[in-house]
Amino acid sequence: MTNEALQNNITKWFPDAEAAGLTFSEEESQFLNIDISPNNLIELMSKLKSNEDTSFDYLFCLSGVDWGEELGVVYHLESTLHRHQLVVKVRTPDRENPTLDTVYSIWKTAEFHEREVFDFFGITFTGHPNMKRLFLTDEWQGYPLRKDYEDEINMILK
Amino acid sequence: MKYGLSIITTIHDWLYSVMPEWLAGLVEMILIALVYLGIFSIAGLFLVLMERRVAAWFQLRVGPNRVGFQGLLQTMADALKLLSKELTGTEKADKFLYNLAPYFVIVTSLMALAVIPFTKEFHAFDINIGILFLIAISSIGVIGILLGGWSSNNKYALIGAMRSGVQTISYELSVGLSLLTMILLTGTLQLSEIIEVQKSGWLIVQGHIPAIIAFMIFMISGTAETNRAPFDMVEAESELGAGFHTEYSGMKFAYFFLAEFINMFIIAAIATTVFFGGWLSPFGITESIPWLGVLWFLIKTLLLVFLMMWFRWTFPRLRVDQLLTLEWKYLLPINLVNIVLMALLVWGNLIIKF
Amino acid sequence: MGPQHPATHGVLRLVLTIDGEIIKKVDPDLGYIHRSIEKMCERDSYQQIVHLTDRMDYLSSNINNEAVCLAVENALQLEVPDRVKVIRTIIGELTRISSHCLWWGVMGMDVGALTTYFYGFRDRELINDIMEETCGARLTMNYNVPGGLMFDIHPNFVSRVKKFVAHFKTKIPEYDRLLTNNVIFQKRTKGVGVLSKEDAISFGASGPVGRASGYSCDVRKYHPYSALDRVTFNEALQTEGDTFARYKVRIQEFWESLSIIEQLIDNIPEGEHRVPTNAVIKLPKGEYYQKVETARGELGVYIISTGTKNPYRLKFRSPGFSNLSLLNHIAVGGKIGDLVATMATLDLVIPDIDR
Repeated sequence: MTNEALQNNITKWFPDAEAAGLTFSEEESQFLNIDISPNNLIELMSKLKSNEDTSFDYLFCLSGVDWGEELGVVYHLESTLHRHQLVVKVRTPDRENPTLDTVYSIWKTAEFHEREVFDFFGITFTGHPNMKRLFLTDEWQGYPLRKDYEDEINMILK
Repeated sequence: MKYGLSIITTIHDWLYSVMPEWLAGLVEMILIALVYLGIFSIAGLFLVLMERRVAAWFQLRVGPNRVGFQGLLQTMADALKLLSKELTGTEKADKFLYNLAPYFVIVTSLMALAVIPFTKEFHAFDINIGILFLIAISSIGVIGILLGGWSSNNKYALIGAMRSGVQTISYELSVGLSLLTMILLTGTLQLSEIIEVQKSGWLIVQGHIPAIIAFMIFMISGTAETNRAPFDMVEAESELGAGFHTEYSGMKFAYFFLAEFINMFIIAAIATTVFFGGWLSPFGITESIPWLGVLWFLIKTLLLVFLMMWFRWTFPRLRVDQLLTLEWKYLLPINLVNIVLMALLVWGNLIIKF
Repeated sequence: MGPQHPATHGVLRLVLTIDGEIIKKVDPDLGYIHRSIEKMCERDSYQQIVHLTDRMDYLSSNINNEAVCLAVENALQLEVPDRVKVIRTIIGELTRISSHCLWWGVMGMDVGALTTYFYGFRDRELINDIMEETCGARLTMNYNVPGGLMFDIHPNFVSRVKKFVAHFKTKIPEYDRLLTNNVIFQKRTKGVGVLSKEDAISFGASGPVGRASGYSCDVRKYHPYSALDRVTFNEALQTEGDTFARYKVRIQEFWESLSIIEQLIDNIPEGEHRVPTNAVIKLPKGEYYQKVETARGELGVYIISTGTKNPYRLKFRSPGFSNLSLLNHIAVGGKIGDLVATMATLDLVIPDIDR
C-alpha cells in the first residue's frame, strides 16, 4: 500500500484526529511518519497490527529519543504480508517521571527494547512484565542517553 | 627364548632358598606387584601422550613433540608438575571418603591389569574364572566415582557422579552379555584357555556374524563404561565444569585421570584377548618365539585404543537420557538376540575353524 | 551460567531456574561489554562512527561498516561507482562465509565434537588472509568509508577469491559428512528449541533464526542494497523451526554466498574506488534508516540528524538483541544440554547485543 492509502486508512480509525494528536508527515524521512498522543498509542498500535489491510506484525526498531524538551519513542513497523513500512512517534513532555504504555502485548520483541529505553532514558512502560534496567547495574543513578546527562568520570567530551 | 623364563625361575629359587617359605612368598608377591605398578605408570604415561598426539593429528596440529624424543617425556613433566601442586581440599568435605575415593579407582584398575595375559609366561594371576573376575572388578570401580562425587560436598560434583554411576551400571550389563556371547564359543572362563582355543582361528573369525555384532556392542559399552566421549556427558567440559572430580587437585586428580586411561587400556586388552587372539600371531607365524607375544598383544591393543580415541575426537556427545535409551532400548535387546544366535551357531556347529 | 563459560560465546550471564534437568526460566543478564557506542556516536563524526561499528558484531564487521556508509550516502544522495558496489557485495559475502565458518566450528564444539572447531578455523584463515592483503586487517576491517572504499583492491584479490571458492566447495561436503549427517548430532538437535513462524515475527527474529521458522526475511531480497539487485540467489528457508533447521539454513547460506561471489567476481567494473566527500560530513536535516543483512540477521542503522556534523541520535538495531529475547521462550521445558545446542544455533555475538 502506498503512503497515501495508508494515511487515508488510518485517518478513518480516529474520527477526532485533533484530540488524538494524530498527524502525518513525510518530509525529512523515507517513510510515512505518524505522531500520536500517548493516550491513544495502544489503540493505534493494536489496530495497525490487527487490521488486515495494514497488518503491521513486525516491529523492527524501537528507539528512545530525547527531543530536547520532550522524551519520546520511535517505532518502526513493517508488514510481512504487504511489505510496507511505517514510523510511529510518541512524545511525552514529562521529564521527571515519563510513562508510556507498553506494546509488549502486541509485539513480544518490545520486552527487551523497552527495558533498554527505560535504562537509557528513564521512560517507564506501564504493563511491562519486567521493568528493570537491562545493561547498567540496578544501582546506577541517572539516564545516560538523555541530553542533560553529566558524568565527569566516564564521559569524555571533545 | 628361554631367558625370560629362566630369570624368573632363578629369582624364585633364590628367594625360596634364602628365606623361610612364607616370607619368600610374600616378597615374591610384592615384587610382582611392583612390576605391575611400573607397567601401570608407564602405560598410563604413554597413553596420555598418545591421546594428545592422536588428537592433534585429527585436529590438523602437531601435539607435544619437544620434551624428550617426540614428546615421550611430556607426561613425566606433567606428572611432576601435578605432584608439586597444593592439595586444596574443601572444608566441608568428608575427609576420609574424600581421600579414599581415588584409591578405589586405582586399585580396581590394577587388579584388572593383573589378570590380563600379555604372553604365555607373563600372566600374573591366571584363575579359572578370569572373565567373571574382570567384570566383577570393573563394577567396584563405580564406587570410587560415587564416593568422589559425594564426599566433595559440591552439588555439581554430585550431579556428575550420579550421572556417571547410572551410566556405568547400565553399560556393565552390555559388557557382560557381549563377553558371555563369546564364552559360548570357548566353553571356559579362564583367560589362558580362551587364547588356547583361538589357536585354531581368532574368535572373531570363528564366530563370524554374532561375534562381529558382539565386538561392536562391546566396544560401544566399553567406551561408555570408561566415561569417554561420545558418552562423556559426565565430564562435559562445556557444561558442568569438571564433573565428579571438580574438587580434586594435584595427585588425587592425577589418579582419576590415569585410571580413566588405564581403564581404556583394559577394555582394549579384554577385547584383544577375547576377540582377536590375545598374544597369538596371525596365522601362527612367530609361534616359535613366545616372547614376541607381548609385541603382538601390544599392537592389537593399541590399535583398539586408537579406535576409541578416534571415536572421541569425531562424534558429538550424547545427552544423558539418550545414553540410557541407547543401552536399555537398543543394545540390550540386540545383545540377547545375539546370544541366542551364537548358541544356535555352536549347536549347529557352524563355526569357522582352521 | 556465569559470564565466563565455554558455551556462551562471549560475556553473557544467564540466570537459569531449573528443576532437576528441566529448565523453567532463562533470564539473561546483559551489560558486561556495554561500551555506550550510541552515546559516543553523538559526539563523533561520521567517518569515526564507521570505525565504531565493526567493534559491535566483529564477525560481520564489513557488513556493519557498509550499513553506516550506505545510510550516509543515501542521506547525502551520493552515487557511488559500480565498482564500489560490486566490491562491497563480494567482501560482504566473504565476511558472511567467514562468520558462518566460525559458527560451524563452535557449534560442533558445543555439542561435543571438539575437532570441528579446528576445521572451521582452517577455512576462516584463508578468508582472513585475503582480507589482510586487501583491507589491511583480519578482524575489524574498516574498508568501507562514506563515499566508497578506503583503498582499491589488491591485484591478487580476484585470483585468490576464485581459488578460495573452488577450495571451499570441496569443504562443505566434508562439513556435511562430519556433522550434518551424523546421527548423534541429529538426535541432539532435531525437535529441540522449536520456534513457530508467528513467534519468530513477533519476537523480531531475523536472519537465519527467522528463516528457519519459515519467515522469509532476507533483507538482501526485499530491500536490496549495493550490487545485490543484479545477482540471483535463493533464500535459504526451512519450516520446522528447530535447532536442526537453523543449522541447515546456515549451511545452505554457504552455498548461496558462494554463488553470489561467483556471479560477481569475474566482472568487477572499472572505475574509481572512492567518490570524494567533504572532509566534514554534515547530513541534511531528517531521519534516515538503512537495513542490511549481516551474518546474524537484520542490522538497522537509524540516524536522526539536525544538520550538524554529528548525528543527533544514532540507534543501532542489532539482530542479536531480538534473537536473544526469544531464548526464554524456546528453552523452557528443555534440558541444559538442549540449551547449549540452541544457543549455538542462535549465533549470538554479545558485543552486538550490548553495544
